[in-house]
Amino acid sequence: MDSKQLPAQSILVLYAHPSPSRSEINVPLFRDAKAQRHVSVIDLYAEYPDFNIDIDKEQQRLLAHDVIVFLFPLYWYSTPSLLKEWQDLVLEYGFAYGDNGTALKGKRFVCALSAGGREEAYQTDGYNHFSLKQLLQPLEQMANVTGMLYLGPFAIFGSRTAREEHRINLHRQKWRRLLQKLADNTLNIVEATHCENLADCPCITGDIL
Amino acid sequence: MTGYFLQAFIYLIAAVIAVPIAKRLGLGSVLGYLIAGVIIGPVLGLVGDETTTIQHFAEFGVVMMLFLVGLELEPKSLWAMKTKLIGLGGLQLLLTTVLIMGGALLMAQPFTISLSIGLIFALSSTAIVLQTFQEKGLQQTEGGKSAFSVLLFQDIAVIPMLALIPLLAIPELAANAQQGGTEHHDNYNLVSGLPAWLYGLVIIASVAAVTVGGHYLSRPLFKFVAASGLREIFTATALMLVIGIAALMGLVGLSPALGAFLAGVVLANSEFRHELEANIEPFKGLLLGLFFITVGAGINVDVLTNNALLIIGITLAVMMIKAMVLYVIALVFALRESNKWLLTLSLAQAGEFGFVLLSFSSQNHVLTQNIIAILSLVVALSMFLTPGLFIIFDKIILPAFEKQSNDEESDTINDSGSVIIAGIGRFGQIINRLLLANNFKTVVLDVRSAQIDSMRKIGTHAYFGDASKPDMLHTAGIEDASLMVVAINDRETTIEMVKYIKHTYPHIRILARAFDRGHGYRVRQAGAHFVVSETYHSALEMGAEALRSMGLHPFQVERQKSAYKHIENKQDDTLYEAWADDASGERFDNNYLALFIQLESLIQDALNRDLHEHHSRMRGWTPPPKGYADKLSENEPKS
Repeated sequence: MDSKQLPAQSILVLYAHPSPSRSEINVPLFRDAKAQRHVSVIDLYAEYPDFNIDIDKEQQRLLAHDVIVFLFPLYWYSTPSLLKEWQDLVLEYGFAYGDNGTALKGKRFVCALSAGGREEAYQTDGYNHFSLKQLLQPLEQMANVTGMLYLGPFAIFGSRTAREEHRINLHRQKWRRLLQKLADNTLNIVEATHCENLADCPCITGDIL
Repeated sequence: MTGYFLQAFIYLIAAVIAVPIAKRLGLGSVLGYLIAGVIIGPVLGLVGDETTTIQHFAEFGVVMMLFLVGLELEPKSLWAMKTKLIGLGGLQLLLTTVLIMGGALLMAQPFTISLSIGLIFALSSTAIVLQTFQEKGLQQTEGGKSAFSVLLFQDIAVIPMLALIPLLAIPELAANAQQGGTEHHDNYNLVSGLPAWLYGLVIIASVAAVTVGGHYLSRPLFKFVAASGLREIFTATALMLVIGIAALMGLVGLSPALGAFLAGVVLANSEFRHELEANIEPFKGLLLGLFFITVGAGINVDVLTNNALLIIGITLAVMMIKAMVLYVIALVFALRESNKWLLTLSLAQAGEFGFVLLSFSSQNHVLTQNIIAILSLVVALSMFLTPGLFIIFDKIILPAFEKQSNDEESDTINDSGSVIIAGIGRFGQIINRLLLANNFKTVVLDVRSAQIDSMRKIGTHAYFGDASKPDMLHTAGIEDASLMVVAINDRETTIEMVKYIKHTYPHIRILARAFDRGHGYRVRQAGAHFVVSETYHSALEMGAEALRSMGLHPFQVERQKSAYKHIENKQDDTLYEAWADDASGERFDNNYLALFIQLESLIQDALNRDLHEHHSRMRGWTPPPKGYADKLSENEPKS
């Protein structure tokens, strides 16, 4: 219980969905995040519809938070293009890496994403030949180079049928739990760094199931 | 002459004092007029017998009202709501008429009288209810929409009723009137001597004349008048049209109200519809007001005091019956929760058309004066009680259901209001196209009828009308609009319009087109939420194309453009403040000019700056310095 006395962590959720009107999972997660305390949520496609990202503003946001979360639907095994653009522009030499580039050092980084394929497809012998964690290695290495602690990912598989299979509420519950634990700083870091998927990790599901 | 002025003054001052007070008390304007009439009539005795003469004149307000009802009835939208209209409205009218007629029969009234009473009380007060809905924002609720359908059906049903009532005439009453020799409304009847078959032909011919003439002749006429650009002549044309139809109908012995309604429906699809409405509306309002005043002034105090219990009893019985019928209908049509009660309570009164039918019954010798005096009081009393019913709905019904509905997840998309676009020239057209393509409703107004004509040819809902006139904005539905786009081709009118809308409808977002920076600041000061100079973006595009033509890489050109916009946006606020601070009204004072020069140099600077330089808008995709890779591996933690 003494873990509760740790100072609250501030969370920055960078949400990137180029087609929110068709979203069934990301929009509810986006709304849930907005309702949570200690969480700032940025709708990148709403703020930069013309891709003119304000580098200074984004760097200030990064500096002001302890945990950085990317929330996005998986497009071709990677982020939507605006989130990649965001990385290209905001994570500058001298800020995020390289000479004096230590602005992100010690922060935590989580990818929260939805994937259309089933979990079985994301296996070495499955349709996609790689696990999701393997496919996200560029992001993991981005976290490493910038000195952030890479947790997760938090992945929702089979997202196109989640509504029909009435799974959305369960996903939302886990997502809120993740944000809550990140904010309280009560996440089991060892489990969270080593698990394949935070959504199935005992560090999250422990109190739900 | 002075006598007329004095009379007019008494009516006007009574209305001017009573109506605003009644409205403030939540009683609505119809009751305000009635009260004004009661005060100058029975209470103070300022007006006397002439009220009946004035009443005949004021009934013309009803003709105008039906013309406007017709104008609102686009055949297409009417078709869309046919189930509700006929189901809800028809059922309400039928059941209420039958039940009240039954009640009257029980009180030993003859069949014809009972039927007229049933018809009179089946109608509700469109004026009070719609106005209250608007004030309380209930139009878009399920209950509000249903109530509107019922009212609309009633408004239409008035027309056959006006045709039916003369058939119910009591022979003795009519005979008495004939002997009295006061034949006041048949002096100009063309058809009194005709045989029946010819009479039928004349009627068909005149209805055809209104329909066909309205469809084919009105447009060239309106265009001709609109081209003159004289507002008062357009008003004169609109009045001429309504009065002309009323006269024609009177000549052939048909109801002027029926003719006006028909003409309204014929013109409902016309591009001049909103302008016609805006022109007729004030006349209709005043005449109807006058009509209600005369009803109030004509109230017989002796009848009231002698039959107080009877009148109160009938009123309560009528309202109970009406409410009961409405509640049953609400159940049949599966209205939910508070909506059921809204329909039940809002329409339980008798209405202004009741007065019209009463005075019409009197002219046609259907009811005796004694019954009319009592029924008028019942109608008036039930209208007086309506605000009380709305208070019950607000204070008792709504709170009871609010708790329930709050528990449900609110995930429904609100019905968004329409967008009014003033000016559909080369600027407004693009805005309109974008909105329509995304399924938003637009109402387009322009003063150039040729422009409207070509817009309508490609299927846009465009109307002829001067959007700088408050009446015009009102009929275009600005109360329910959520966005106003001002794209008219006149600097001063743009500013006036923005000022007026900002002041009168503060909830509406205003987008305005400006001509240049100076005009843009004035529009912004007038209250527009978003202002853009008409040439800004096109010039920027052309500049970008110029850069590309000179061989610059297209993506670098994009970035230059975005840097330009960024600085312009940032500096614009500063420049505007400087401009606004300048109280003398001189636009180019020193401070402003200095800032303007500063803006120029800032843009120059930013665009000239080396791409690799830090803290510039042009940075981004900056490669790390040469040789940085060696340093990185040096720093790599040895794990």
